[in-house]
Amino acid sequence: MAILGAINPILTAGLDPNDPDGWRCGAYLGRGGYSALRKILSGKISPECVLDDLKKSSLRGRGGAGFPTGLKWSFIPRNHEGEKYLVCNSDEGEPGTFKDRDLLLLNPHAVIEGMVIGAYVMGMSRAYNYIHGEIPEACLRFEEALDEARAAGFIGNDILGSGFCVEIFAHRGYGAYIAGEETGQLESLEGKKARPRHKPPFPANAGLYGAPTTINNAETLAAVPFVLNMGPEAFLAAGKPNNAGTKIFSVSGHVAKPGNYEIPLGTPFRALLDLAGGMRGGRALKACIPGGSSSPVIPGDAMMELTMDYDCISRAGSMLGSGAVIVMDETTCMVKALERLSFFYQHESCGQCTPCREGTRWLRGIVRRIENGEGRTGDLETLEHVAANIAGRTVCALGDAAVMPVQSFLRHFRDEFMYHIDHKTCLVSKETQRTGSGWAWE
Amino acid sequence: MLTTDSLKKIDREIAKYPAGRKQSAVMAALVIAQEEKGWLSGEVIAFIAALLDMPPIAVYEVASFYGMYDLQPSGKHRLTVCTNLPCRLSGAEDAAEYLKKKLGIGFGETTPDGRFTLKEGECMGACGDAPVALVDNRRLCCRMSPEEIDKLLRELD
Repeated sequence: MAILGAINPILTAGLDPNDPDGWRCGAYLGRGGYSALRKILSGKISPECVLDDLKKSSLRGRGGAGFPTGLKWSFIPRNHEGEKYLVCNSDEGEPGTFKDRDLLLLNPHAVIEGMVIGAYVMGMSRAYNYIHGEIPEACLRFEEALDEARAAGFIGNDILGSGFCVEIFAHRGYGAYIAGEETGQLESLEGKKARPRHKPPFPANAGLYGAPTTINNAETLAAVPFVLNMGPEAFLAAGKPNNAGTKIFSVSGHVAKPGNYEIPLGTPFRALLDLAGGMRGGRALKACIPGGSSSPVIPGDAMMELTMDYDCISRAGSMLGSGAVIVMDETTCMVKALERLSFFYQHESCGQCTPCREGTRWLRGIVRRIENGEGRTGDLETLEHVAANIAGRTVCALGDAAVMPVQSFLRHFRDEFMYHIDHKTCLVSKETQRTGSGWAWE
Repeated sequence: MLTTDSLKKIDREIAKYPAGRKQSAVMAALVIAQEEKGWLSGEVIAFIAALLDMPPIAVYEVASFYGMYDLQPSGKHRLTVCTNLPCRLSGAEDAAEYLKKKLGIGFGETTPDGRFTLKEGECMGACGDAPVALVDNRRLCCRMSPEEIDKLLRELD
């Protein structure tokens, strides 16, 4: 896989998809890599200045929540005595998301440089990169990049003669979506089940091993050196106000060229769809999930008028989330699509909160019976009732994540669900549904 | 219980964490043990528990929580097919059906010769390469067409 296209890229600029060594330290240095770290460690840019620049740049977290990165870094207590930790979250398990995998495979040193800068600014000497278990190649690649960075003196003791020391390690997940939730991830790093913690206390005060901890997404950390090199104003200008810079969008589903695309925030969805080769087979866009499977679905005609940034997608009633764009054409059965997503959330519920543990099972069960032609009058109201009683009543956001697809699918495609219940079958025939995938039997 | 090589690997994992935080290495230790033994028996779990100064139940909790650990013997090769929505939109259902026909088994089953176990999995984080399957927890088989599946099964012979 590779980054298949871009408009004015920043994080993937200069990456040659045909160069098998483009990820290596030497190649990264050739693209200006580690120059921000050099400037910082030589005292030319102070930690305060880095924080100011990040705040001015409006860089927002790329993992899903879109929280301002500079603000998050400033929460770490300066004068804390004892260890503090930085955790890079590369555990992308939100269906539709696959950008961090490419980032780790193609530009791992950008992630490492961002981690070293973060550790320096926040006064940390140990950092972990928590990597999704199902992408072992990316984990191996990152560890190889760490060895290179260590050999080149960018991590370890007395980095670039500055006296600053930081060690970075890879920690591989092993198949739990909830380990991508930040406090679940901390539990997992401590060698436990990844059950999210109650907040407060927040990780900035009591995180890994009870110490102050910052958790940033891999793409966020990778953006840090670029923000500092190009300057916060230029980074901000690369996107649009409050939606700074570029973002890697993972486009999947019914497009001609599924893959990752780096584009400025604020780019029209139409342009992204064009980059991805347009709709597979030239069919019509029916619906789009714009920010990973938990973000509310948007009907195709509305989607075509939107721009890809936090604010525009939010005004349309959804979320930009992780930038995972799941495209569905007219061959899609929305009941079947929701049934699969609901199964996922039921399967991945960690089980500690009753509304989520039981509720996700009920949601899936009802959607499944509708899909199987056994739907009953009142099922849609029951779904809405159950959904409303999960949302906001759980320790972490998985409950909400399970609910948002249900509510939005019913809001926009209620007729299709009603048809299933009334006719015991789908508006879209099974044969038609299969044509959308483009999969060819021999 | 485990080879010297595996124990060395586990030591390297323990060294990643601060002193007194050996438990953090439990996920990696279980991966290493599973790679050597094929699956995690009660004896293996007890061994890892002793190695990391953990109660066996705490190790079992981890082994049973994360989906890629096997608590039962499986075939020589494990194929985990993602059937989540993005993969489905690109033919995961067909690819899975093709695999089932080829192997003569369903999800959660092992071929009579013990060579393959077929599993249904959740998002691998590789939806751009859909449909995908995780092979032996070590690599991904991408863009699974009939040809790719045939090639994979030949390679794993």
